Amino acid sequence: MPEDINRKKQLEEQSATTTDANDAASPLVTVLQSGNYDWAGEIMQAFGEITIIIPRERIAEVCQLLKTAPGLEFNLLSDITGADRGVEEEPRFEVNYQLFSIAKYHRLRLKILLNEDDVRVPSVTNVWRTANWHERETFDMFGIIFEGHPDLRRILLPEDWQGHALRKDFPLRGYEPYSLT
Amino acid sequence: MGLESVIAEALPEVLTTRLDSLVNWARKSSLWPATFGLACCAIEMMNATSSRNDLARFGSEVFRASPRQADVMIVSGRVSRKMAPVLRRIYDQMPEPKWVISMGACATSGGVFDNYAIVQGVDKIVPVDVYIPGCPPRPEMLIHAIMMLQDKVMKESIRDRKDVNELEAREAVPPGTLPASGVSALNEAAAQSSSEKETAASMSRPYTIASRHERRRSS
Repeated sequence: MPEDINRKKQLEEQSATTTDANDAASPLVTVLQSGNYDWAGEIMQAFGEITIIIPRERIAEVCQLLKTAPGLEFNLLSDITGADRGVEEEPRFEVNYQLFSIAKYHRLRLKILLNEDDVRVPSVTNVWRTANWHERETFDMFGIIFEGHPDLRRILLPEDWQGHALRKDFPLRGYEPYSLT
Repeated sequence: MGLESVIAEALPEVLTTRLDSLVNWARKSSLWPATFGLACCAIEMMNATSSRNDLARFGSEVFRASPRQADVMIVSGRVSRKMAPVLRRIYDQMPEPKWVISMGACATSGGVFDNYAIVQGVDKIVPVDVYIPGCPPRPEMLIHAIMMLQDKVMKESIRDRKDVNELEAREAVPPGTLPASGVSALNEAAAQSSSEKETAASMSRPYTIASRHERRRSS
């Protein structure tokens, strides 16, 4: 019995230290801070994840730098997702870029905040080619326009679809029941 | 008294029946389903044809890859709105007589997927003959449905179903199928002018495959 309790204590201590290590400066954060990048002023850390909010007109430039700069080397774009924070929220939409470095094994999230009346973001298809379909999906579901995208069409929903399905003001069952009869 | 007894006496080797019974018997004894699996119900459908359940005992195991050779469409799974025009087209491509089995809760009513992406029942798109409940139905239930369909086929008359829909079906373009993608106005105009040319020279085929000899000569 005492052994078990000791072991439990040990494990608790271990987990506590690991979470601390995650919240404290990870190697990636030190690299970002040492670079003195003006866009990396506020680096948010939570649950071992690192997030930076980027002004939208700089996203392509920042992504290019993150992909090539030594020590960062984010050579994989895991995902681009949109989010609708609610109809009454002021920056209503956000676009999240999930980056991963196969070489360095670290992750980073870039976040862009958008107002409802101007949902335009520069495309990053020139940086990572996989962004093509991710951006098409984000456009399909949230109606976010990616400027400079070579082929911004719907990817999941039918071509004659009205509206963008994952917006908060889109009715769950669609605007009208579907029927061919 | 009656014609049958007279014939039976005079021609003992001749069997008399109604034409409907003969045709229906032939139809129901070899219902060929179209291979058209949509979701998890399709796994049960495959199982129905496997050795344990053996749909072949009821004359319905020949799943055809082409709708042109199929009699029955088993809608096995949820039908998304994007799939709906495709399903309708496959149904239209099947020759008469044809029947539809709606397999499972999703194909019948949308099931748990009460949202914008799923058609709330396949009967919104094609006429359904037999509905199967269940999520997913067991293979035995599919076999039961096919036997019910066979009973239904036996009650039909060859005068009921006519091939009137065929011509319309060939002309009809279900929404969302063609043109395949966002065609620009320029391309559309070009396609129109080329199609006009084709109709003008309707005798010539739109494209020809070079014969074996021609290819050999050119290479």
